Amino acid sequence: MTDTVKLVVDGVAVDAPKTYTLLQACELAGAEIPRFCYHERLSIAGNCRMCLVDWVGAPKPIASCAQTVGDMAPKKDGTPHEISTKSPRAIKARNGVMEFLLINHPLDCPICDQGGECDLQDQAMGYGRAASRYGENKRAVDDKYMGPLVKTIMTRCIQCTRCVRFAAEVAGVDEIGLANRGEDAEITTYLEKSLTSELSGNVIDLCPVGALTSKPYAFNARPWELRKTESIDVMDALGSAIRVDARGPTVMRILPRVNEEINEEWISDKTRFVWDGLGRQRLDKPYVRENGALKAATWDAALKRAAEMLKVSGDAIGVIAGDLADAESMKAAKDLAGSLGVKSIDCRQDGAKLGMAADGSKLPRESYLFNSTIMGIDEADAIVLIGVNPRKEAAVLNARLRKAWLRMVPIALLGERVDLTFDYNYLGTGPDSLKDLKAGHPVFDALTNAKRPLIIVGQGALTRSDGAAVLHAVSAMAAAAGAFKGGWNGFSVLHTAASRVAGLDMGFLPSAGGKDVAGIIAGAQSGDITTVLLLGADEIDTSKLGRANVIYIGSHGDNGAHRADVILPGAAYTEKSGTYVNTEGRVQRAQRAVAPKGDAREDWAIIRALSAYVGNTLPYDTLAQLRAKLGADHNSFLGLDFAPGTHGGSVAPPYGTAGSLQSAAFTTPIKAFHLTNPIARASRTMAECAELAAGVSPAVAAE
Amino acid sequence: MSHRRFHHPEHHEPFAFNAASEDQIAWWERKYPSERRASAVIPALWVTQKQNNGWLSEPALRAVADRLGMTYIRVYEIATFYTMFNLEPVGKYHFQVCGTTPCMLRGADKLKDFCERKIGPKGHVSGGGKFSWVEVECLGACVNAPMIQINDYYYEDLSIETLEQLIDDFASGKDPQPGTYVERQTSAPAGPPTSLADEALYDGSKAKPLSVVPNAPKPPEPAQT
Repeated sequence: MTDTVKLVVDGVAVDAPKTYTLLQACELAGAEIPRFCYHERLSIAGNCRMCLVDWVGAPKPIASCAQTVGDMAPKKDGTPHEISTKSPRAIKARNGVMEFLLINHPLDCPICDQGGECDLQDQAMGYGRAASRYGENKRAVDDKYMGPLVKTIMTRCIQCTRCVRFAAEVAGVDEIGLANRGEDAEITTYLEKSLTSELSGNVIDLCPVGALTSKPYAFNARPWELRKTESIDVMDALGSAIRVDARGPTVMRILPRVNEEINEEWISDKTRFVWDGLGRQRLDKPYVRENGALKAATWDAALKRAAEMLKVSGDAIGVIAGDLADAESMKAAKDLAGSLGVKSIDCRQDGAKLGMAADGSKLPRESYLFNSTIMGIDEADAIVLIGVNPRKEAAVLNARLRKAWLRMVPIALLGERVDLTFDYNYLGTGPDSLKDLKAGHPVFDALTNAKRPLIIVGQGALTRSDGAAVLHAVSAMAAAAGAFKGGWNGFSVLHTAASRVAGLDMGFLPSAGGKDVAGIIAGAQSGDITTVLLLGADEIDTSKLGRANVIYIGSHGDNGAHRADVILPGAAYTEKSGTYVNTEGRVQRAQRAVAPKGDAREDWAIIRALSAYVGNTLPYDTLAQLRAKLGADHNSFLGLDFAPGTHGGSVAPPYGTAGSLQSAAFTTPIKAFHLTNPIARASRTMAECAELAAGVSPAVAAE
Repeated sequence: MSHRRFHHPEHHEPFAFNAASEDQIAWWERKYPSERRASAVIPALWVTQKQNNGWLSEPALRAVADRLGMTYIRVYEIATFYTMFNLEPVGKYHFQVCGTTPCMLRGADKLKDFCERKIGPKGHVSGGGKFSWVEVECLGACVNAPMIQINDYYYEDLSIETLEQLIDDFASGKDPQPGTYVERQTSAPAGPPTSLADEALYDGSKAKPLSVVPNAPKPPEPAQT
C-alpha cells in the first residue's frame, strides 16, 4: 500500500497523500476551488457546497472539502480517478450553489464593510450568475450582540459556521452556535452574551461575508484606500506577524499575517484592536516641567534641560527601558549611559531575575529564551507550565497549547489555577509543589518518558524576589527530566514584554555596582539617584521616584509622562522601523506604517540628539549605522526572522542562582489583559473590553 | 430573535430536576462513557420537558447543560433545532396538527382552522392552561390522515366533528382513546372488510374431506410388464 493516490485533475496527474481531501488534491494540481465553509485550520463542515467538483463517473458532483482522497475506492481497471473542476457540470453546480447562497443575501455591498475583500463578492463575480431570478421576499435576521469588538449584520450570514468552529476549536470557548434550523438558522451567542475569548477578533477575518465585521473599524475605510505595511506586533512577547493598514497619517486597523512559526494566522484582540490607542493620549511635542506644571517646549529647550539633568555623576543616574522599546533605541540609550558612566540601567521593568545571576555575571542566552521555539509546541509530547497564564500572557500561544492538548498531550500547570480553555493536571500553587516534581511524581515521570518534554516558565515565577532561585530550580528540574537532549531544548521562558529579550541580548542590565529597577526606584526615593531616564517605561510605580529628575522618552501620556520633568516625544511601534526580539530570540523588524505624531521623533534619534547636547555624541548618524553597531556588538541581532532553538547555544543548566524558595504562590503579572501597555491603556476599545472582562456591565448595550 | 425568545415571564422561574428526572437522566447517562455523557442530551432534554409541563424554560436548558457538562450554547443549539422541544409554555394538552401533504389533502387545513377557532391562535395557550396547538411537519401516519398528536399519542382519521368531541372530552377531564376515529382497524382500509366477509367461511361448513393430501408422496406407479 502506498501513502498516495493517483488522480487526474483537469488533465493534470497528481500523487495526493491519502490524508488529503479532494479539495487539497485539486489545489495540488493547480486547480482553483471556491469555498466558504472550508478553512485549513478548522474542522470540515461541508455545508456551503461551494467546492463541488465533478468526479467523472460519479452520479452527482461531490463536495471536495469533505471527500478524503484515501476513501476514494480504486477503479476496477486501475486507472486513476478523473476529477474535473472545469466541466460544464462542475460549473453549473457552483453556479447553482451560488444562486442559492445569494437568495437570502442582501445586496448591500455598497454599505458593507467587507466590500472589496469579501469572499462572497469575489466568488459571485467568478462563479455566479449575472442576475437574480429570485422574486420572493428575502429573509431578514436580527443582528446579535457579540461584545464591543465584533459587529454583526446577521442578514448577510451564509451559515458557513466558520466562527462557530473557530470559537469551539481554536479559541476553546464554546460561545457561538447555530440556533434553529432550515430557513430560520441563525448564528448567535447564548442569549447574546459578549465573547470572552482573547482571540475573538479572528472570527472577523474568518467570516467570508460581511456578517461579522470589526465594530471599532465600522464604516471607517475601504480596503482599497488603505496603505498596507507588513510589520510586527509588540503587544506581547510573541512578535506576531501583522499588517498595519493606514490611511494618511492614521492607522485604521491591524490584521494578522500568516507566520506558521509564530501566530499561524491568528492574533489576539489586543493586537488587533489596540490601534485606536495610537491616536489618543499622544505626546506630540516636547514638554518641560516648570513650577510644577508641564509646559510645551521646543526640542532645543527640552533637550537642553534633559542634558542638564544628565550632567551629574553617573552613579546618580538610572535608566529604565520599557516594554515596547525597540532594540535600536535601547542600544542608543545603553551607549549613552555607557558614555556617561551610568551603571544603573535595566530593561526588566517587572523585576524578572533573568539575564544575570545574583553575582552580576551574565547568564547564557538559553536561560531566558523560549528554547523549544513556538513551533516546538507542536512536537512536544508532555508539557508543564510553571507560573504562567498563557491565555493572558500570550493568547496566540495558548491556542497552540490547546492544539497540543487536542493531540492528547498531557499538560500540567503549576501556579495560579486559571481557565486556559483546556484541561490540565493541576500541580499546586507555588514553589512547594515545584520541589515535589522529581522522580516518582507522575508528571515528572511523564516528562522523563517523553521524547520532547516541554517546560514553560512564566514571568509570574521569575519576577519575585526569589526569582533567581526559581529559575535555578526550574532549569534544574528540566535538566533532570531530560528536557535537554540532542536537537531539543525543552526549557522555555515565556516573556510578556516585546522589548525584553532584545534588552537582555544586548545586556541592558545593571553593570557591576549598578542598581536594578527596584534599586533605581529606591535610590530615587532616598536621593542617591537624582536623574531617571525612562525609555517608555510606564509599568513601574512612578509615584515612588521621589525628588529625582525624570526624563521620559515615549509615545503616550501615561504613568511615565505624568511624572516626567522633561518629555521627549517618541514614536509608537507603527511609526518607526524598529527591531524586536521575541520570546524565542527571533529578531524581527517592525516597519513604519505612518509618521510619528506632530513633533515626535523616532526614539533612537532622540537619544542620539540628546547625546550631542550632553557632549558625548554617539557614533552613528543613521539607523543603518546604529544597526551595524548593534550587530557588531551583539551578534545575535544579525540573523533576522530566525528562532535559534537548540542552535542558540548549549550552556548546560541549571541557570540562575540556587537559593531558598519562598512558599508564596506564583501569580500572573498580567492583571488586566487589555491594559498592559500605554497604547492599550489609551485605547477606548481596550477600556471597554477590560470593563467587560472585569465584570462591569458595558456602557453600550446591544444595538 | 434568540434573545427575544426567552421574553416569556415563565422563563425566569427557577428549575431543578426532581428525583424521577434525575433517575431517568442518570439511566441515559450510563449508556455513554463518562467523558461523552453529553451524548445523553436529547433524552435529558426530553425528560426535562416532561417534568416541566411539556416545555423547556431557559433555566431548564441551563440545568441540562450543567448536568451534562456542556456549554449553554450547545444545548441551546439542540433545543432550537429539534421541533419536539417546546421553548414556550404549552397547554396541558398540546395538539400537534400534521399539515404535510397527505394530511393536507385529507383535510388538515380544516382541522387547523377549527383549532384556531376553538383553541385560539397557533402557539398560544388557552382554556386556562389546558390547550395549545401548533402545526408540525409529517408525523409519519399518512395512511390515517389527517391526524393530530396530542401529547404522546396519535389521534387519527379526524374530522371537525371528532376533533370537537376530542377537545370537549379533554376539557371535561375525560381521557379519549388514541388511535383511529373512523371505523377501521388500525391502518387497514376504512370501513368493514370488503372480502372474505362470508360468515360461512369461518364456521367449518365449507370444509370438505380431502381426497388427496397436498404434497403427499405419490403412490408408486404400477410396474410395467
